[in-house]
Amino acid sequence: MTSPVATPTSAPMAELVQETTALTRRLFLQLQRRPSTLVAGVLQPLIWLVLFGALFSRAPEGLLPGGISYGRFLGAGVIVFTAFSAALNAGLPVMFDREFGFLNRLLVAPLRSRSSIVLASVIYITTLSLIQSLAIMATAALLGYGWPGMAGLGLVLVTLLLLVFAVTALSLGLAFALPGHIELIAVIFVFNLPLLFASTALAPLSFMPPWLGWLAALNPLTFAIEPIRAAYAGPLDLSVVLLDAPYGPVSGYVCLLVLMLLTAGLFLLIRPLLNRKLS
Amino acid sequence: MPLLELAHLQKSYGPVKALKDLSLDVPEGCLYGLLGPNGAGKTTTLRILATLLAPDQGTVQVAGIDALQDPRSVRCLMGYVAQEVAIDKILTGRELLQLQGDLYHLRPANRDKRMQELIALLGMQDWIDRRCGTYSGGMRRRLDLASGLLHRPRLLVLDEPTVGLDIESRGAIWQVLRELVQEGTSVLLSSHYLEEVEALADRMAIIDAGRVIAEGTPDELKQRLGGDRVTLRVREFSDQHEAERLQRLLQPVEGVLQIVVNRAQGYSLNLVVEGDHVLQRLRQQLDQAGLPVFALAQSRPSLDDVYLQATGRTLMDAELAVAGQRDTKQERKQSMR
Repeated sequence: MTSPVATPTSAPMAELVQETTALTRRLFLQLQRRPSTLVAGVLQPLIWLVLFGALFSRAPEGLLPGGISYGRFLGAGVIVFTAFSAALNAGLPVMFDREFGFLNRLLVAPLRSRSSIVLASVIYITTLSLIQSLAIMATAALLGYGWPGMAGLGLVLVTLLLLVFAVTALSLGLAFALPGHIELIAVIFVFNLPLLFASTALAPLSFMPPWLGWLAALNPLTFAIEPIRAAYAGPLDLSVVLLDAPYGPVSGYVCLLVLMLLTAGLFLLIRPLLNRKLS
Repeated sequence: MPLLELAHLQKSYGPVKALKDLSLDVPEGCLYGLLGPNGAGKTTTLRILATLLAPDQGTVQVAGIDALQDPRSVRCLMGYVAQEVAIDKILTGRELLQLQGDLYHLRPANRDKRMQELIALLGMQDWIDRRCGTYSGGMRRRLDLASGLLHRPRLLVLDEPTVGLDIESRGAIWQVLRELVQEGTSVLLSSHYLEEVEALADRMAIIDAGRVIAEGTPDELKQRLGGDRVTLRVREFSDQHEAERLQRLLQPVEGVLQIVVNRAQGYSLNLVVEGDHVLQRLRQQLDQAGLPVFALAQSRPSLDDVYLQATGRTLMDAELAVAGQRDTKQERKQSMR
């Protein structure tokens, strides 16, 4: 009985993979047995898509920039909203683990690196949000709102990934900073919809009063929506100005750069917090 | 060298001093019991040992490894079964054990073989593939014990392993712990049940108000007290007046060292006696005074007497004293990251 099976000297990388896989597997098992988050996460944007699409289906032709239909315009916004909402919930499982003490069980184990706890959450939520976004894209295509080409699809995925990473970092940070899940849900509730409305998801900047235009032009969601809208619009050119913001023209490259900086910034921001909470 | 050395541990939660200079050595290969009332600092001590909590002062060494400097190595050596069982209700017991095995980096083949052993050992075959949310308290505790044993730790640490359990589960867990110690694993458990420590522990420490107040084998501790204990009732419920009269009557009897009136037990008398035939002499004295005897019993000193001697109150009184004072919400917050 005395010879320990676990030895601290075996290959660090293999151990890291083993523990991260196990933690990720747990999250997917939970999802498989309680698929309501997955279903609700698709259903809500779907309702947006159908209701808002119908609401503005009789809007005069040529009202929107580029002369596209409202359904096509809305598609990009709803795809981004889907990924955003999913990622915003990333902190919830972690928060429940903190509150119910399951996290302590993980911390008693000789994890190779406690980043594996964070990494598992990121892998899980990224996969979940991409599946949900793809489901919405497929539905939008069926509704006749178009489908991006191969290069366009690549751009859509890269953009979504960047946004999901950034929002996941934010949500995980909140999950460790806030005292309980009630507070976390409250924060998610307060920010979710207003961020959607204060972006270019539902209407272009030109429709907005100046103050809202400023908000929308600073909203991270806008920087994800515009490249995806461009990917749907046709030949891919990231150097083209996608957003005529009050502070100046914004190209596709700038959109992606902003998302990248945001992601990096947020991960740097939450790192000390995670280090402290997981030390 | 002892397997575990806790030296001069101090820990405060805000203004509350949970540990005040607590030191403890646990030798290898024994079952060590920490006895004390709720709020004495047992859980805090074990959480520090499990590397979940850093002490304000003091050192922790496990098998010569400094737990504060190298917590990961200590985690490899140790299995920790917490008091409040955090379990993932959606997973089955088997899936939870697999997860646990992966967190301890067991090879999958080893892990599954070890799981089979433990499932058989703890009698979990019938329900291990059901979801944890459906488990009773006893099943959860057994599963938790299994997950603490999965990586064959050199030291198993259990915080109140049988609190609130049915007799059958308690018996099963006691049996497993005894076998473990026989096979060479060291076990450290905390309990506020006297019988548990009495039944299991090779050595023990009594903890009160954040420090160790007595240490040794249970027999040593009891023998150190000396004398026997006699409980006397002249009727089922006496009153104070009668109890004091009896006290005066029996105090001069040869061999009676001390008489305490136990108000909580219907003014019965608790006597500390020494020498032979004391019971007989007590009976004679009562007969001469024409007093009836409802109950008269002699026993060896118990661990409760040890606690009483050291703190001036019984373990149960200590429990009752803190029962209303504990802020479980606050304690939960403290254990949250």
